[in-house]
Amino acid sequence: MIIAILSGFILAAIVPFFSPYLKKNASLIFPLLPLLLFGYFASFFPRIKNGDPVSMFYDWVPSFGVDLSFRLDGLSLLFVLMITGIGVLVFFYTFSYMKGHEYIDRFYAFLCMFMASMLGLVLSDNIITLFIFWELTSISSFFLIGFNNEEPASRKSALLALSITGLGGFFLLAGMILLGTVGGSYSIQELLSSSEAIKSNSLYGGIIFFLFIGAFTKSAQFPFHFWLPGAMKAPTPVSTYLHSATMVKAGIYLLARFSPVLGDTFWWNSTLVTVGAITMLYAAIHALFRLDLKGILAYSTISALGILVFLIGLGTDEALLAAGVFILVHALYKATLFLVAGIIDHETGTRDVTVLSGLGKVMLPVALAGILAALSNAGAPPFFGFVGKDLIYEATMQYGEWAVVLTGAAIVTNICLLFAGLLAGVKPFIGALPEKFGKVHLPSPLMWVPPLILASLGLVFGLFPSLIEQSLIQPLFSSISKSGTEIHLKLWHGFNLIFGLSMTTLILGTLLFWKLKPSKNLFQKAFRFEFLSPERLVGHFARGFSGFARIWTGFFQNGYLRNYVITILGFLTVLLAYRLYNGIGFQIKAEMFENVTLYEIIVLLIMAVSIVFTVFSTSRLVAVASLGVIGYSICLIFLFYSAPDLAMTQFSIDTLTVILFVLVIYNLPKYNTFSSTPIRIRDGILSVFFGLLIAVLTLEVLNEPLNRETSEFYAQNAYTLAKGKNVVNVILVDFRGFDTLGEISVLAIAALGVFSLLKLRLKSIEKE
Amino acid sequence: MEILLIIIIGLLYAAGIYMMLRRSMVKLIIGLILLGNGANMLIFLLGRIVKGKPPIIESTAKMFTEIYADPIPQALILTAIVISFGLQSFAIILVKRAYKVAKTDDLDELNTTDEIYE
Repeated sequence: MIIAILSGFILAAIVPFFSPYLKKNASLIFPLLPLLLFGYFASFFPRIKNGDPVSMFYDWVPSFGVDLSFRLDGLSLLFVLMITGIGVLVFFYTFSYMKGHEYIDRFYAFLCMFMASMLGLVLSDNIITLFIFWELTSISSFFLIGFNNEEPASRKSALLALSITGLGGFFLLAGMILLGTVGGSYSIQELLSSSEAIKSNSLYGGIIFFLFIGAFTKSAQFPFHFWLPGAMKAPTPVSTYLHSATMVKAGIYLLARFSPVLGDTFWWNSTLVTVGAITMLYAAIHALFRLDLKGILAYSTISALGILVFLIGLGTDEALLAAGVFILVHALYKATLFLVAGIIDHETGTRDVTVLSGLGKVMLPVALAGILAALSNAGAPPFFGFVGKDLIYEATMQYGEWAVVLTGAAIVTNICLLFAGLLAGVKPFIGALPEKFGKVHLPSPLMWVPPLILASLGLVFGLFPSLIEQSLIQPLFSSISKSGTEIHLKLWHGFNLIFGLSMTTLILGTLLFWKLKPSKNLFQKAFRFEFLSPERLVGHFARGFSGFARIWTGFFQNGYLRNYVITILGFLTVLLAYRLYNGIGFQIKAEMFENVTLYEIIVLLIMAVSIVFTVFSTSRLVAVASLGVIGYSICLIFLFYSAPDLAMTQFSIDTLTVILFVLVIYNLPKYNTFSSTPIRIRDGILSVFFGLLIAVLTLEVLNEPLNRETSEFYAQNAYTLAKGKNVVNVILVDFRGFDTLGEISVLAIAALGVFSLLKLRLKSIEKE
Repeated sequence: MEILLIIIIGLLYAAGIYMMLRRSMVKLIIGLILLGNGANMLIFLLGRIVKGKPPIIESTAKMFTEIYADPIPQALILTAIVISFGLQSFAIILVKRAYKVAKTDDLDELNTTDEIYE
């Protein structure tokens, strides 16, 4: 099983090496992968049907309790089959849709990566592994949304989607770690048995809060829904695959998966019902005002996801069954509608529903698929959608005192969804064919067969629900509900209230479709409230944040060397001054004034004068000469105080520096003064303070006792071990010989640099 | 004597920092040199100064018989002097070169990389 899960990653990883071969028809090998996987997972049907889940276990990081354990049960099987099944169709569709695209191989690689992450996500039994795959889906989705990376809008949407889902990922990780700590295990199976203990733990609220944020961001629930319409910038196969059928359902999967562990408490139910209801109504009404085919579908997807969250929140057996069935219903018709929208876009070059009409005359099979999907979406008998809608109403009707409100919300949502479905699936194909679409023709079968297959499945499952009742839906139901009752899917329930509600929805929705014509006018009216939408608010926040970052960076990283120096020194001065002021008292010992001879005072006076000259001179030559005088004075001080080696070195080095300066002095710029007087005064004050601070610091250090252990070691061993009597020399060339070697290398490199800079001849462009 | 040296060190540091804050590149180098000298003096002083007792063992003895100047700061300073010479010479030549190419000595005009050839 692990090979099946990871095969997508493996394939994606080898793609770059065979890129030239995969660009043309050879890319037809990609659809084989989901096909094989579909076959592989379908072979588990009998085992799952008998209530016998398949488990695999591989050690990964046992010390952290993270392992690769996978488990295939009813819920996973539905998702796995949807991922690979719709995957096959989307992969074939892509071949034709992206034909001749420069990076088709890369696109397939991303799709494979995504498919593998998704499989891992729905099969993981370890919640940390689940989180890792969860993040991988976000990342591969980022690449797919931003696939047209030359377009700024594409990049922006990809970034938005990644930041929202990535943020949710952080919350999810926090929730998982809490859950693992409280439950004492990272395995979902083991957590199931400690469900009661977790629910009564004081951290339960935190766990479900984090889990909810994770699920809501991924499944585009209000108020995190706005990344999904933006994600429609991706090529249509991506919208179909990720943003209607699979990835956005990951949040639903998560909720369904943890429903037996964490569900059935007041907070769990009420939060999910509230958020789900708001999302489904908000998005359904939004869908009424869209003009872009994919925009309509995006909002109706969000609304459908809201219905699913709502149903899981209800948590009754009927609701969970309805959720399970609706996942499949929705995947079938929504994927079809997206594929159809992709074909329309591909062939006519527009997705504006106000322009599109009459296409049924030129692309009949596509029209057929679209209409079938729209009818399934509408919940018209005998489609699978009808079964699903019945179950939803059944679930809301049985919910005690709230039944009327919940059913009402469901009906309004369904009416709007029905309208959206008709608009996307029927409207482009009926009516008169505009002249400019006269040359539109049917695309390659690879494009129109997949939606037709999906749409017909919606009809077949509706006519014969027994096909999947025992094999797919029953195991699915058993894995998310604890009661373990037998379920029965029926197309025909007889003339009862629920049938009446279904029919009412159907009639009202159709009426709405005939009455309400989408127009730019309406669209703009709806846009007036746009400034209130979460998307705008997040946009403002993001802009404010980056603006703040720009100011902050501009202030500290301004590119002026001296400002950096001022910042560092100013901070250091304040810090040290504070410490010295608080900590230590001044101690000037009398012996510090002893042994002062006249010639020393003269040397120091000369030095002080030279420093003043160096700083205030307006002539380069004077400054350099004063610098030389300072150097020689230091040389004398070294000589007075028992450091003959230092004196010699200082003497020769200083001579060399001055010579070097004088040699190039006429090639050097004039000794300019650029700064204004106030700035010079400011710098002067800072420098004086810093100098004062160093002086005080030195004084304090001199009052501390000196540890001479190391120097005594050298003194005692210089002759006995190294046979040298000049201890300084022995240290440099013997005890610390390698340091000296390093020093010589540095000098050699500096010399090379100097040499090459001198010899470098400027190219003509640089001379100008 | 120490107190006088402390004053000189403070003076060297102050002058070095002041020169480093100038916009002229040549002044920046002079600032670096002054700062380097200041640091050397600081290390020298902190190793305690002793008059007329260089850390050289008498030709007849195998070890020191009396108090002597600390050899470690001296070894450190020796290294520092030589390294700072490497830095200074490279910087001087670099400034000369940069001036030839950019035709300016003002650091404020050198804080972007791609405007030179415009």
